Amino acid sequence: MDTARFELTASPHIKGPDSTPRIMWTVVWSLVPVVLAALWYFGPSAILVISATTVGCVLVERVFGPGGSIRDGSAAITGILLGLTLPAGIPLWMAFLGGAFAIGFGKLLFGGLGQNVFNPALLGRAFLQAAFPEALTTWPDVSGPWWALRGDNFAMPLMAGDPVATVTGATPLGLMKFEGVDTEVVRLMIGSTGGSLGETAAIVILLCGGYLALKKYLDWRIPVSIFISVAVLAQIIHVFDPSKPDALFSLFSGGLMLGAVYMATDMVTSPTTPKGAWIYGAGIGALVVLIRFWGGLPEGVMYAVLLMNAAVPGINQVTQPRLFGTGKEAMS
Amino acid sequence: MLNLFGVTFRHGVHPPDSKSLTDHLPIRRMPFPGRIALPLRQHAGKPARCLVKKGDRVERGDKIAEADGFMSVPIHASAAGTVAEIGWWPHPDGSMAETVVIDVTPHSPQIPRPRMVPDWYGLNPDQVRKAVQDGGVVGLGGAAFPTHVKLSPPKDLAIEWLLVNGAECEPYLTTDHRVMVEYPERVHFGIRIMMQCLGVKRAVIGVEMNKPDAIEALERTKPTDLDITVQGLQVKYPQGAEKMLIQVVTGREVPSGKLPMHVGAVVQNVGSIATIAEIFETGLPLIERVVTVTGPGLKKPSNLIVPVGAMLGDVLAFCGGLTDDAAEIIFGGPMMGSSQPDLRTPITKGVSGVTVLTSKEVKPKKTYPCIKCGHCLDACPVFLNPSALGILAQAARYEDMQQKFHLQDCMLCGSCSYVCPSNIPLSQMFALSKMGLRKQQATAAAKAKAQEGGKVA
Repeated sequence: MDTARFELTASPHIKGPDSTPRIMWTVVWSLVPVVLAALWYFGPSAILVISATTVGCVLVERVFGPGGSIRDGSAAITGILLGLTLPAGIPLWMAFLGGAFAIGFGKLLFGGLGQNVFNPALLGRAFLQAAFPEALTTWPDVSGPWWALRGDNFAMPLMAGDPVATVTGATPLGLMKFEGVDTEVVRLMIGSTGGSLGETAAIVILLCGGYLALKKYLDWRIPVSIFISVAVLAQIIHVFDPSKPDALFSLFSGGLMLGAVYMATDMVTSPTTPKGAWIYGAGIGALVVLIRFWGGLPEGVMYAVLLMNAAVPGINQVTQPRLFGTGKEAMS
Repeated sequence: MLNLFGVTFRHGVHPPDSKSLTDHLPIRRMPFPGRIALPLRQHAGKPARCLVKKGDRVERGDKIAEADGFMSVPIHASAAGTVAEIGWWPHPDGSMAETVVIDVTPHSPQIPRPRMVPDWYGLNPDQVRKAVQDGGVVGLGGAAFPTHVKLSPPKDLAIEWLLVNGAECEPYLTTDHRVMVEYPERVHFGIRIMMQCLGVKRAVIGVEMNKPDAIEALERTKPTDLDITVQGLQVKYPQGAEKMLIQVVTGREVPSGKLPMHVGAVVQNVGSIATIAEIFETGLPLIERVVTVTGPGLKKPSNLIVPVGAMLGDVLAFCGGLTDDAAEIIFGGPMMGSSQPDLRTPITKGVSGVTVLTSKEVKPKKTYPCIKCGHCLDACPVFLNPSALGILAQAARYEDMQQKFHLQDCMLCGSCSYVCPSNIPLSQMFALSKMGLRKQQATAAAKAKAQEGGKVA
C-alpha cells in the first residue's frame, strides 16, 4: 500500500464546525433585519449610505489588506456597522471615506484582522464626526415620503450637502438633552424616531443579537452588563434628578442597542476572559451614562466603547482565569 | 434529574462521538500475522532490556525483554516464532525505536508454555505488584504508564479512592466500551485485586452515558461484598482525563503540579484493570489487547483482539482495507491520537485504537489570525488561556508562557484547537513550547552549573 497519500498532522485531527469566515458571515447575515429596518424608516437613502461605507471598507481591505482577506467577511461587517451609525442624509462620498478610514487606519495599520485595538467601525465614525460634524449631526425626519432621499446623498465629493434638501428632525436624546422633551419608550423600541440608520429599531437589534448569542458568536455577558450598568446608574440618578432620563429611556434611546449588541461585542476588541467581559461591559455602561448626562454631547456610546477598547489589554491581564488545581478548590 | 445526563466537569468540548460504527460489534480475534514487531519501549519509563538474539526461537508468552528498573516493564512475545531481526523499526510515536521482529511460525498452535497462575488471594501487596510488573501491564488508555507503579503509592499518602476510568471520551473508540460490556466480571475481579493491593474501601467506575449497555453490565455483575459505584458521566471531551474524572467523582481538584494520589485517588483505565484480572486468571502476561479499528476510511470497522506487535498494515488488511478516500491513519482517537505514516508500525501496548479518517473529516489547512473570540478559554478543562499562550508561543516566549500562563499545566487534550474558529494549531504549539521550555531550562541550568564551577576553580 502506498502511504505517501496520507496526512501527517498533529492532534487533534478533527475540528469543530466554527470557522472565522463562518462567524463573520453569520454576523453579516444577522445584520440584514437591522438594515431592512433602516430601509423601512429611512427609504433608499439607508441602502445608499450603507453600501457606500461597505464599498469603502471592502475596497481598502482588498487593495491594501493581506491577499484575499475580504473573503473572511470582517471588512463587510465593519462597513455595514459603520453605515448603521450614520444619518441617512450624509453625502455618500463622506460615507465612503469613513469606510476607507475605518479599515485603513482602524484595522490594517494595526496589522489586519485580529490585531486592531479599537473597533474599526466606531473609529471610522469618530473620524467622520471630527471631520464633518455638521453632516454627522443633521438628522433627517422619519416622517417624509418613503421613497424620497433623506438629504443630499449625491453631493459632489469634497462638497457639503445642500442643507435645504434635508428635512431635519432631532434625535430623542437631543430633544431630551437640549429641549427637555421626552419621547415615548414604545416609539424608541420600534424605532419610529429620528436618529442614525441603525440606532432606531431597538427590538430588531435585540432579536438579532440574541440569535448571535445563542450561536455563541457574541459574548452575552457584554451587552447584559452594559444594560445592567446603564439601567441601574440612570435610574439612581433619575431618582435624585428627575430632569435626567430614567432607565428605560436610557436603554432604548440613541445608539445604545447597536453599540452594546454589535460594537462592544466585536471579538477582536473586547476581553477574552469571562470576568473581563463583565468589567468591560459595566465600564461602557458607566461611561455612556456619564457622557450622556454630563458631557457636551447628547450621545456617548461611541466614545464609551472606544475608551473601553483601550482598556481591554489591561482588563485581560487582571482577569486571567483561575488555573485548575489552584486556589481554594484545590486540595493540598 | 441530576443524573439524567450524568455528572461532569466545567468547560470541555463536544465533538461528535462517532462510536456507532463499532459500539455494537462484539470483539473478534484477529489471526496471527506473519510477522510481529515488538519495540523495547512500549511504556512510559525506561525501555526494557532485550533478552533474545537473532535466530532465537520463542514461544507465545515468553519474556523477550526484561524490566530495566522499577519504572519499566518486561516485553513478552505475542506469538510463537523465530527472532528475525533486532534493530530500528518505525514506532507509533513517529521515531525509529529498537525493536525485536519475530517471524511467526505458520500453522503453530500458539499455545503458551504451561505456567503458574498466581493465587492472588494468598499474595501480599508487594507480591501482587511483582506479578503485575512481571506481566508487563501498563495503562491501556494511551499513556502506557506502568501499572505496578500506580499500585505503589508512597506510604505517607492515604489512598481513599480507586477510580476506574471507563469514560472513553475519545470519539470513535469503543475498546473500553466493549470490554465493559463483554467482560464485566473480569473488570470487577481486577477492581477487587487493585482494591486489596491498595487497601482502599471505595471504588467508582466512571462511564460516559453514551454506553448504557456497559453501565447495565457492570451494575448487573457488581459483587455485593465490595463498595463499587458505577457513575454515569456526561458525554463530553475530555471526560476521561484523570484530573477531570477525579474532580467529578470526588469533588477535589488535583493541585497544579501534583498527582492524583495527592488527593487520595488512584485512576486506572478499565482495560488495564481487565488485564490485571487476566494475569490472575490465566497467568498470561500482556501479549494481546483489544483495539478498535474504525473510521469512515475503513471498509470493515471492528473491535479486535490484536497480538501486541501486529503491524498496522496487517490489521487494516484484516478489516477489509481502506476506502479510496481514506486520508489519515491515526493510532488512538482523533483528539489525542498520532497520525501514522508507515504501515509497518506495530500496535503497541498503549495503542487503544486505529482511526482512519477520510478527507471529509480531516481538519482544514487554512488558518486565520486569532480573533480573540475566547472560545478556547471556554473549552480549556484546566482553565488556561490558550489564546494568550498561542500568541506567546509564536514569539517563542516559553518562560513567559510558563510563569504567567502555566504552560506546564496544559495536558495537550486539544480542546482549544478543536474549537478555534481560526484553526490555529494551539495544542501542537503548546507541545512544541513545552519541549522548547525544557531545552531552555536545561541550557540555563548547565550555564549556571558551569559558572558555579568557574567560581570554585
